[in-house]
Amino acid sequence: MLRFIARRLLQLIPILFGLSILLFVWLRQLPGGPGRALLGERATAEQIEAINEQLGLNDSIFVQYWRFLSRVLQFNFGTSIQTGRPVTTEFFQRFPGTVELTLFAIAFAIILGIPLGYLAARRHGSFLDSASVVASLLGVTIPVFFLAYLLRFGFAVELGWLPGSGRQDVRLDATHPTGFFVLDGVLTREYDAALDAFLHLVLPGIALGTIPLAIIVRITRASVLDVINEDYVRTAESKGLATSTIRRRHILRNAMLPVATTIGLQTGLLLSGAVLTETVFAFGGVGSFIADAIGQRDYAVLQGFILILAVVYVLVNLLVDISYGLIDPRVRVR
Amino acid sequence: MLATGLVAVLAASACAESDREEPTGDGDTPSGGTLIFGAAGDPKVLDPAFASDGETFRVLRQIYEGLLTTEPGSANLVPGLASDLPEVSEDGLTYTFPLREDVVFHDGTDFNAEAVCFNFDRWLNFSGTAQNPGVTPYWQDVFGGFADTPDTPNIYNSCEATDEFTAEITMNVVTSRFPAALSLPSFSISSPAALEEFEADNVTGSGDAPTYPEYAMEHPTGTGPFKLDNWDLANGAITIVRNDDYWGETAILDEIIFRTIPDGNTRKQELEAGEIDGYDLVAPGDYTDLEDNGFDVLPRDAFNILYLGMNQGAWEGAAAAGINPALADIRVRQAIAHAVDKESIVSSQLPDGAEAAIEFMPPTVDGWTEDVTVYDYDPERARQLLEDADAVGTTLKFYYPTDVSRPYMPDPGAIFEVISQNLQDAGFAIEPVALTWNPDYLEATANGLADIHLLGWTGDYNDAYNFIGTFFDAKAGGIGKLDFGGYNNEELFTAFAEADSEPDPAVRTGLYEALNAQIMDFLPAVPVSHSPPALVVADNVEGLVPSPLTSEDFSTVSLTS
Repeated sequence: MLRFIARRLLQLIPILFGLSILLFVWLRQLPGGPGRALLGERATAEQIEAINEQLGLNDSIFVQYWRFLSRVLQFNFGTSIQTGRPVTTEFFQRFPGTVELTLFAIAFAIILGIPLGYLAARRHGSFLDSASVVASLLGVTIPVFFLAYLLRFGFAVELGWLPGSGRQDVRLDATHPTGFFVLDGVLTREYDAALDAFLHLVLPGIALGTIPLAIIVRITRASVLDVINEDYVRTAESKGLATSTIRRRHILRNAMLPVATTIGLQTGLLLSGAVLTETVFAFGGVGSFIADAIGQRDYAVLQGFILILAVVYVLVNLLVDISYGLIDPRVRVR
Repeated sequence: MLATGLVAVLAASACAESDREEPTGDGDTPSGGTLIFGAAGDPKVLDPAFASDGETFRVLRQIYEGLLTTEPGSANLVPGLASDLPEVSEDGLTYTFPLREDVVFHDGTDFNAEAVCFNFDRWLNFSGTAQNPGVTPYWQDVFGGFADTPDTPNIYNSCEATDEFTAEITMNVVTSRFPAALSLPSFSISSPAALEEFEADNVTGSGDAPTYPEYAMEHPTGTGPFKLDNWDLANGAITIVRNDDYWGETAILDEIIFRTIPDGNTRKQELEAGEIDGYDLVAPGDYTDLEDNGFDVLPRDAFNILYLGMNQGAWEGAAAAGINPALADIRVRQAIAHAVDKESIVSSQLPDGAEAAIEFMPPTVDGWTEDVTVYDYDPERARQLLEDADAVGTTLKFYYPTDVSRPYMPDPGAIFEVISQNLQDAGFAIEPVALTWNPDYLEATANGLADIHLLGWTGDYNDAYNFIGTFFDAKAGGIGKLDFGGYNNEELFTAFAEADSEPDPAVRTGLYEALNAQIMDFLPAVPVSHSPPALVVADNVEGLVPSPLTSEDFSTVSLTS
């Protein structure tokens, strides 16, 4: 097991190295540069030239890459030209928000998706089955920004039940030792702040969770349909095992393998930032910051954030691989 | 694994304590309440010398003050920390500012002439990374270079405290930018003691990694009616509280929270949900809806210009870049000017209060004149001019930006549609080129790649040069901007130099009027419109006076129950 983990972690090195080269070349192919992006319509040719000179962008791409690489090896990703703060500071300030939002969205998708998919398969061909198929199609196709607008209009503007944007009521003056606002509220015993932060997760979490929800419903349904026709299920039924035992031990457990893979992939995707959701809900996570950074040609932020997120993505998938072993003893890693 | 997690949480819990301030409720000071204002972006930095964008300025204007400011609701220059407008020497080089004597900085130190000179000398002596044009754009734009950059001329010479409350500022050259530019927040006066204590000049890092010092991030110390309470970056909120020791009328509100909500629709819905009390950059399409729902839309006087740039293709390499040589012919440019139906753009694409432009600055700026050649909408005349120039059917690469809304141009795509149709009606063929605003579009137009393009400008301060000089004066290499084809119009450039260096304001205004007439005859672009941007507030918010320079003062704002 340890060897497996070590091997997977070692694989990170070529991945990150290759990614850093691709990123570096791609970013410098984009038209315009940070000087223009920084000063907008006020920029003069001389100012852009001066900025490029200061940022070292006039050096050859090899020199620039070497400078970048030697800094990264000391875990220094440079400074954001948008904010003047170190990239790592920016990342760790925003990442907790993205993690909270991702956990909410994935939990929402799992808690609703697995039972729905299972029921749809058990009642194959019924109204519930057709309804869940149509609803999951709708979930995948509905644009997130539109759903966000509808949810906010209904639950924040009209009903006033839930907050419509941000991570926490700015009037609360809450303490944030870790940056995970819900956890912070619990740790500091500011329970009103914890509840408020949790409520702020609901609308963006649902908006973000609909696509994973739809996918999980479909995968669970298909996977359960496959499994219930297997010989071992029929055998278990014919030897008189209790239905609940068959469902739990033989059907669900075996059907969960592809579902776990899906959950892992979706979690990885959501962690790398939900650009649209974060932007329309003014939820200060990594996604909206990356989107701004592209517009601003903030090379340091793009390089730093994407490399760190690649590590996160690989780690999440490693966890999924480890979870296979828990679900299915046959793939338990030697 | 679970157990480890639990232990970690418990351990963290042991050292995490609430640092909330409990409300004191002594009842001595009247409660003015909290106003929450929706901003489109985070402020970038809290040291005015390093600030240049609207969202940063909005916050800094409440914390800091400069020697001069603008009258509420207008662009007129009035004294700020100066007790009167400066006395100007006969040669126009020395400005004597009498100062207010009852002002203290937020840190309790006194404001006086030495503090003023300390700030000017600080700006002049910035070194290293602070000289990056992205870090100190307005100093470089208005004053030029620094003490140690002899190659870049500097228009500021020195500042002397002739007595405790009189500061004498001497310039190297006369320019119309000074003293008008002192109303910009970038030239606000900081507390010298705080600047030194928090190492404000210490913009560290190598060229590609500038990092702002503590002063700029946590300890802004000015003289304004509000002071910084808390900047919560993770939650996108900055809180400022009333300065009870303010020298003027103290603010009514207890505190203001500026909340960052980048998306315009979200800002609107949050106002409707009662989560915020107001916001800026209202989409023109929302004016009626918001007013119908009981909100107060506060349009500002237009202090901007939208123009259609025309590329004369005079720069080296223009032909290789495929620039249409036809635009070098004044008749073709006149044909375009007559073809554009400005009134229909104003009535169909711009908010109420917008007006068609006859020159490249709004009427509120000194130097504006009616006495210019006006190109009325006249498709017949346009077609005739094109025939005379033997240019019927000329194909123009028409650049316009996507995914952007500017105060002078709320919907570029729709404005492009109207103008494009106008030009086709007059006999031009149009090749549309749509690009992402920043940096793609700005880069392409600045590199002279468009035959014609849409662009505009919002004025920084009340000065003609800030508009027409920015567009049409000679740039690097002694030629005009590549946007307009890099023309070499010596007569125009000389007129600019004369007007900019004229010390007598009345004479200078006359020179700018003549320049406007000259520009409209030369016609490097077509002025299209001036468009008023607006703020919106809930109906219980009173006392917010919209400023054409977007420099609203929140100290007069109150909340009614």
